[in-house]
Amino acid sequence: MYLLIAGGGKVGTNLTRSLLRDGHEVTLIEQRPYRFEKLEAEFEHQVMRGDATELYVLERAGIKRPPDLLVAATGDDEDNIIICQLAREKYGIDNVIARINDPRNQPYFDLLGISPTVSATGAILGLIEHEVPDHGLIHLLELRKENLEIVELTIDEHAAAKGKRVGGLKLPDGARVISVVRNGTAEIPDDDTQLHVGDQVLAILEPGKEDELRRALLRH
Amino acid sequence: MKAIVIGCGRVGSTVALQLQGSGWDVTVLDENEDALGRLGESWSGGFLVGHGMDLALLRDAGIEEADAVVVTTDGDNTNLVIAQAAQKQFEVPSVVVRVLDPARAQFYASRGLRIVCPTSAAIETLVGYVRRAEGTAA
Repeated sequence: MYLLIAGGGKVGTNLTRSLLRDGHEVTLIEQRPYRFEKLEAEFEHQVMRGDATELYVLERAGIKRPPDLLVAATGDDEDNIIICQLAREKYGIDNVIARINDPRNQPYFDLLGISPTVSATGAILGLIEHEVPDHGLIHLLELRKENLEIVELTIDEHAAAKGKRVGGLKLPDGARVISVVRNGTAEIPDDDTQLHVGDQVLAILEPGKEDELRRALLRH
Repeated sequence: MKAIVIGCGRVGSTVALQLQGSGWDVTVLDENEDALGRLGESWSGGFLVGHGMDLALLRDAGIEEADAVVVTTDGDNTNLVIAQAAQKQFEVPSVVVRVLDPARAQFYASRGLRIVCPTSAAIETLVGYVRRAEGTAA
């Protein structure tokens, strides 16, 4: 494959290195002189100096050949948008990938039909939401073989479980309160144990029941 | 009539002052608070500090009700992106954008943006003067 990559920062550089190693043909475009010199020492003629939002730079880099894929990976979202628009609408390149630096700019990419987009912040946020579906619930331990996990929740002022007895909680099937930590002391609760503000509740549950558990204990 | 001017440099500030002078309700946006100084002490229009691509800020400035948006920050690509959002998302009836690079100006003008390219204007004028001098000399 022949690829054009705009932006020789961490993303563009590592991408170029990996693609070259896999035997692809790459032209990397970098604007800043200092960075360009370092890149040239490594990639030689496969890196070009210039502003990838300038048409003559794109053309010198070979956009008219055309490349099979263009990656806009600069640190400026507006530049990435313009590079992708020029590539697609002026030079007819269908396959473009854009890096999003500031997730707040996602609407601009959507509005102007630029996809796919890749955002490190967005990707990490997605993982956090997967691992910790709500900030109110902390995963302490995953018993993968047993298909169980232990989580911790803190009873706050607005928690549904505030003032309730453990026996009166409407817990989802497959979830059980195993410990209540109050003032630094853990106790094994029974049905009569009442929950107070500030209590840390440890629960064991089947993975996937986090939302139900959170609803039962925290929502009001 | 309501106008929003994004980028309060020499061009943006003067455009804002002239529009206000002819009775427009003008709100100006700039990243730099000091740019307010360009509008003079008697500026009675709006002034918001922030990046022109901040959609919440654009809404605060009243872009949803604006009759005109003038985009004159110092970044061509920033200007082109904001102008397209003003046109496509907020459906502002009149969007004018400054682009310094003649190549990008020409391409985006062909796609329906109203673009002012001072570089092209300067080139045309300069070449025109030289040609006229040539005619006089001959």
